[in-house]
Amino acid sequence: MATWELKDLESWDARIREKVREFGLDCYPQEFEVCDHLQMLGYMAYSGMPSHYPHWSYGKAYEKLKTLYDYGVSGLPYEMVINSNPALAYLMRDNSLALQLLTVAHVYGHNDFFKNNFTFRRTRAEYTISTFKAHADRVRTYVEDPSIGIGKVESILDAAHALSLQCRRNLAIKKLDLEADRERLLDAARPREDPFYALHRRREYQDPDLKKIPTSPEEDLLLFIRDYNPFLAEWEKDLLTIVHEQVQYFIPQIETKIMNEGWASYWHREILNSLELPQELHLEFLVRHNQVVRPLEGGLNPYHLGLKIWEDIRRRYDDPSPEDAREFHRSKGEGTKQLFEVRAADRDASFLRRFLTEELMREMDLFQYRAKGNDLVVSEVSDQEGWTKIKETLIKNVGMGGVPVIKIEDSGYGDNRELYLKHDHDGRDLHLEYAERTLAYLYRLWGREVAVETVIGGKRMLLAFNDRGMSTKSLKS
Amino acid sequence: MDTIFRPYQRSDAERSDRSAGDRLRHRQKVRESIRENIADIIAEESIIGKSKDRVIKVPLRGIKEYRFVYGENEAGVGQGNGNSQPGQVVGQAQREGQKGNEDRAGDRPGQDYYETDVTLEELIDIMFEDLELPDMERKALRQIAAPRLSKRKGYRSVGIRVRLDKRRTVRAKLRRELASRRQRNEPVENERFPFHDDDLIYRHVVAEEKRESNAVVICIMDTSGSMDTMKKYLARSFFFLLYQFIATKYRNVEIVFIAHHTEAAEVNEEEFFHKGESGGTFISAGYTKALEIIQERYHPSLWNIYSFHCSDGDNFESDNPAALRAAKELADVSNLFGYGEIKPLGSRYYESSMLNIFRRLEADNFQTILIERKEDIWPSFKALLAKDRGKEAATA
Repeated sequence: MATWELKDLESWDARIREKVREFGLDCYPQEFEVCDHLQMLGYMAYSGMPSHYPHWSYGKAYEKLKTLYDYGVSGLPYEMVINSNPALAYLMRDNSLALQLLTVAHVYGHNDFFKNNFTFRRTRAEYTISTFKAHADRVRTYVEDPSIGIGKVESILDAAHALSLQCRRNLAIKKLDLEADRERLLDAARPREDPFYALHRRREYQDPDLKKIPTSPEEDLLLFIRDYNPFLAEWEKDLLTIVHEQVQYFIPQIETKIMNEGWASYWHREILNSLELPQELHLEFLVRHNQVVRPLEGGLNPYHLGLKIWEDIRRRYDDPSPEDAREFHRSKGEGTKQLFEVRAADRDASFLRRFLTEELMREMDLFQYRAKGNDLVVSEVSDQEGWTKIKETLIKNVGMGGVPVIKIEDSGYGDNRELYLKHDHDGRDLHLEYAERTLAYLYRLWGREVAVETVIGGKRMLLAFNDRGMSTKSLKS
Repeated sequence: MDTIFRPYQRSDAERSDRSAGDRLRHRQKVRESIRENIADIIAEESIIGKSKDRVIKVPLRGIKEYRFVYGENEAGVGQGNGNSQPGQVVGQAQREGQKGNEDRAGDRPGQDYYETDVTLEELIDIMFEDLELPDMERKALRQIAAPRLSKRKGYRSVGIRVRLDKRRTVRAKLRRELASRRQRNEPVENERFPFHDDDLIYRHVVAEEKRESNAVVICIMDTSGSMDTMKKYLARSFFFLLYQFIATKYRNVEIVFIAHHTEAAEVNEEEFFHKGESGGTFISAGYTKALEIIQERYHPSLWNIYSFHCSDGDNFESDNPAALRAAKELADVSNLFGYGEIKPLGSRYYESSMLNIFRRLEADNFQTILIERKEDIWPSFKALLAKDRGKEAATA
């Protein structure tokens, strides 16, 4: 049973917050809620949201978490914090005091990250909880509507969930509406002013195809279907919007997992080390901290990787090597400043690209593996030739990099309102069984034949899906 | 900036089982999915001959959450222990679906699991749900009424002499004696005090109908040289289903294994499925043995008899008339008698099929089926039970 009382937490929290201010972390107001392990499982299944629309997949997530927990395969996270203003975090009732302090400090780290990292700028933290609540209410209304019901709602939600991650990744780039994009195309087609027009042959003017919809390849699949499938009912369109909006909320977290966890781990250690804890608490804290950030042999622990890189940045900027000092005009003691800059301006992909050094990779013994028969076999190790490849692979796979980029090229393909999509192939093939099932969902939402162009085993292929199922056909390369 | 701490509220915790509805929907989907794939699951060798509370991994196709994901040529990055070498094996590729990259799993809605655990019992429940046999019908099958007169029920003052309860009668007499002497204020003397008709107490016996809930499954299998492992495996799956189904309907189920080639013998399960014999086949020998055993131990008035015979149909020509006769007899005493001919694809020889011979057998509880592949097992089984049901409808 817990060996602490709420007032202990409150007094420790006051000291932690003092340190938070001292270190220069800039947080939203924070709220903690003490809960038991079943409530925690519930929050985990619903991404920490106090209110969330119903769908069987969350029941599945809950069952899975509970099974893993009951059989002791995995413990529960010490903390769960959601990106909202005020930030909301849950503390498990049964955790010890040392663990609660670690968690509280860790949560302030996440909180600072949510508030300051650029990827989160568009998530509108003030409205998070109420938005999710509103979504839940709307979905429940549809479920309870006798003319709609759970079956139809699930059918749309299943399909929308399958496609929800097929959306724009960089929300900082402004999306043009149809008119603006047509303007842009016309503009781009206009011949450039040529200072040497007397020398050059006049370039032929080509009309841009303004009738085609989308005018430029479209990545937001759900929104496109919502806007251009005229046969969807209002409630169906609303469901697509809801699913899309929820995913937009989670994308920054997916995109900054390593940074965010590393950042929170870095600061919980700094804070707790500076608190002058009684020895007993301090020892337990050290044990817990090491459990959280220990390397995972054969895998990759984002807490470990993130913390390592943040430490390395601090070290290299506090005490730059003579070459760095000469080449980049670095002066001593700029580590902390650099940390705060990076925390605001990077996401996992750029964070790794800029700060995961060869030395660090060698120290961590990062390797690349591939499937060979039934085994996963090490294909590269972090030596002189291998490290760049490994780094590339890692960067490709972090964040939204694990989701194939598939864009809508044309919605009037074959003059038949068929949807034509193209997969931006980067060396990684689509999983065919998954592609088939997902295309079935896409077909369900679009209502006409859908086809995606991709590369399988080095050959250009078209995967088409209609009421007779999937068909594949080779394309001329 | 002031941090708020909200204490634990027991009442909140107790009423906030928020995922209950979604869990229920998920369970429903799991059951649906199992039902859709039941044929495949049955055909998997792993569930045959296992105990009831054994947990089975059932692959679930219906409830995976599909997305566009990368396939097998995706490389991954991991961390080693300090001396990783190229070519070192670091794990098992997951053939099903995505790469198992646990660390990224948490933030990805795309993660999935592919199997669920059900106990064999649960699975059998779902299986037979699929057969759409309503409960009432199952109950009707269960009962064979056998009148039994031995049930005692209280005492009466009239009855036949053999049921006279002497102890109670004497007690009644003593009671009357004491009462009468006290009334007349007489001392107890050695004077004779005779029995009176009112003293006599008889045991009362009611005729009771006992609902029989016994069933025996008689598995007869051809173990001649031509029955190879594959054929035996198919037969085994079938016997398994039959036994499990019967077991859901009767309280007391026994199982008899009869192996036959030119002679028949009762054997245990292990021998039944694994011991190979050589030589020719007299199907009649198997049936005669079954009839013998029924005669000795499982009288049809007390036992529901389910006989099933698996063979590859390669019977000696000269035995066919005898086999047909014995089959007829067996069908008469059984609730259901089935003959399954197992001919894996490609090993089919039409000239020696018992299916044609048995076509001449006229019994409405007799059914022949042909099993060519493991996928046939479930549909055949359903067809077999339809016959059983037909019989029920006729007698009901």
